[in-house]
Amino acid sequence: MKKKVLSLMLVSAMAASLFAGCGSDSSSQTEGESVDTSSELTWKIGGIGPTTGSAAQYGQGVMNAIQLAVDEVNEAGGINGYQISFNFQDDEADQQKSVNAYNTLKDWGMQILEGTVTSGACTAVAAETYNDRIFQLTPSASSTDVTSGHDNTFQVCFSDPNQGTVSADYISENNLATKIGVIYDSSDPYSTGVYQNFATEAANVGLEIVATEAFTSDNKTDFSTQLQKCKDAGADLLFLPFYYQEGSVVLTQANQMGYEPTMFGVDGFDGLLGVENFDVKLAEGVYLLTPFAADAEDEATQSFVSKYEEQFGGTPNQFAADAYDGIYILKAALESTDLTPEASNEEICDALIAAIQEVSYDGLTGNSMTWSDAGEVSKDPKAVIIQDGGYVSVE
Amino acid sequence: MNAYKKLNKSTQKLLINIVVIFAVYIVVTIMDASGNLSSLMRGLLVPVCAYSLVAVGLNLCVGYLGELSLGHAGFMCIGAFTSAFFSKAFQDTIPDVPRFILALIIGTAMAAIFGFLIAIPVLRLKGDYLAIVTLAFGEIIKNVITVMYVGKDSNGFHFSLKDQMSLGMELDGKMIINGAQGISGTPRQSTFGLAVLLLIVALIITHNFVNSRTGRAVKAIRDNQIAAETVGLPITKYKLTAFTLSAAIAGVGGVLYAHNINSLTATTNNFGYNMSIMILVYVVLGGIGSFSGSIIAAVVLTLLPEMLRGLSNYRMLIYSIVLIGLMLFNWAPSILKWRQQHGLKAILSKFNKNKEVQ
Repeated sequence: MKKKVLSLMLVSAMAASLFAGCGSDSSSQTEGESVDTSSELTWKIGGIGPTTGSAAQYGQGVMNAIQLAVDEVNEAGGINGYQISFNFQDDEADQQKSVNAYNTLKDWGMQILEGTVTSGACTAVAAETYNDRIFQLTPSASSTDVTSGHDNTFQVCFSDPNQGTVSADYISENNLATKIGVIYDSSDPYSTGVYQNFATEAANVGLEIVATEAFTSDNKTDFSTQLQKCKDAGADLLFLPFYYQEGSVVLTQANQMGYEPTMFGVDGFDGLLGVENFDVKLAEGVYLLTPFAADAEDEATQSFVSKYEEQFGGTPNQFAADAYDGIYILKAALESTDLTPEASNEEICDALIAAIQEVSYDGLTGNSMTWSDAGEVSKDPKAVIIQDGGYVSVE
Repeated sequence: MNAYKKLNKSTQKLLINIVVIFAVYIVVTIMDASGNLSSLMRGLLVPVCAYSLVAVGLNLCVGYLGELSLGHAGFMCIGAFTSAFFSKAFQDTIPDVPRFILALIIGTAMAAIFGFLIAIPVLRLKGDYLAIVTLAFGEIIKNVITVMYVGKDSNGFHFSLKDQMSLGMELDGKMIINGAQGISGTPRQSTFGLAVLLLIVALIITHNFVNSRTGRAVKAIRDNQIAAETVGLPITKYKLTAFTLSAAIAGVGGVLYAHNINSLTATTNNFGYNMSIMILVYVVLGGIGSFSGSIIAAVVLTLLPEMLRGLSNYRMLIYSIVLIGLMLFNWAPSILKWRQQHGLKAILSKFNKNKEVQ
């Protein structure tokens, strides 16, 4: 008996040391605490997003991109002469977990929050940062609930209304179609938010929505029913406000059933060309509104993409690009205030609220981005069309 | 002390539970007041109580009714959404305190009503079948809520299952439940003190219920339905009562949960089958039939993943390993035997014996 107990203990100790090893090994890469904060004074920027669970790829992208930007800024001398330390916490895209992650970061001493990645979680956290007076810049939570009523919350990405409205205007101005079918994810705040605004604007500009089909996150592998209904209704353009994984399935299945409408996606479609086992030819002629294209020619994008690929593998999507811009936006805003990390959270928050409205920033995801006191970014969504396996901007 | 000894054993246990919970409450409050409580812990206080309440509710169903329900997250969801709906809709017209009390009553009552309605068809089944049907009901509740659109404007309430546009609201209207985007902007009114109070009340109610005439009948039905039927017990009535009470308590947990967070959405993680199974894990780990065990398990398993945050993404792996370890430690027969011989109680009793000999 004693032998058994002893061996059990030894085994568990070994197992534990194994995992402990993994943990410390990976921490430099995955859990981004880039600078040892124990002695020197640094800017403490926190990040929150799903790095596990179904939305993990968005959170991972954001975490990696922030880490990349933080490393670059630190190498170049930091902000106002102080280095940045960065801590990213997982929220599994759940509101309660997100608030827990936020509280963890607060215990760590966070001064500025760049997060969270998903809209639902962000709304919950925004209420907390608003009460605690901590400045919050979200890379990718696009819902208006995030910013409304919270003067301390700002977005890098387009808001839902922005995307939906602009899409409808674009389709109507360019006479892309007269009969429109919509497929959207009714269980996803992002997708329903864009759809609602699209439908409202479509009615205003006289577009006819002939079919509106929904799916949920629980059954997003087969879209043949929805596509068939759109086809039967005679839709010659499909508006697809959701993410690129489902997008690739929709395109493949539409092709299989010989249905060839104009496909129109929003910024979630960015990343479509990188989907594994997806025939890129099917994406030819797909319109999408995106602030970022990984294969853009400009120097900033190319350097970001190559660094990202080198350090983390895989092509960064627009979430990552938004997050990368976020750090530089914070840098620009902080540099215009002469603040140091000694300032209290409230001072930083109030100063940044004023400063970010003065900033005009040129980044990966748009030129001359500015912010109003509503918290929404003003940048022009770029409509691009996929041709020969690459994005071509259309005017 | 004499009065305490006169009470029967289960009442003594209940009193100890309440005293322990109260003591924890005092300690935590003092820590909070003196600034020794981390923000993370402070943020977890109310959710921990909410999950404990749901676990107590489910334990009533699993432990005393003897039926496995996999749909309790659904009842929590109903409690959460109906109360949050009420709070949001009347945010400007009713003052804070009475509104929250009403919201609590409405959330609990709605969860009870749905529990009752669902129990009518469901309790005709037994065992695995019942578990599967409750699982389905939980999912239905969640999915219906994600397609509900309710708005309010000067003309009153508008309701739709299609989308926001079909509500046809005036421009001054505001959305209350916005489909998948759920309810956002619920007033934050759950406090730790209130949560502890509700938990204690739930414990007293369940304790009294279990030891009442109805409770004894429920246990008799659990142990041998045919025998109970032969004695002349109205099976359906007692089963319904227990299931409804169980759902109502889960609803209270939902009300607390909803009023602790600004944005409420019905996702698989917080109100779907994942959560239902999580609640069942609380109950099984804490011991079927033991309310205090459920609470302890809910507290431990809610805190554990947060405490393991330092391990970054490995925490989910470690969490499952710890869960397996805890389950084995608590319930594996050989370990139970070992604990009997070498555990704390055994050592204490040895110590006592020695003292008596001396």
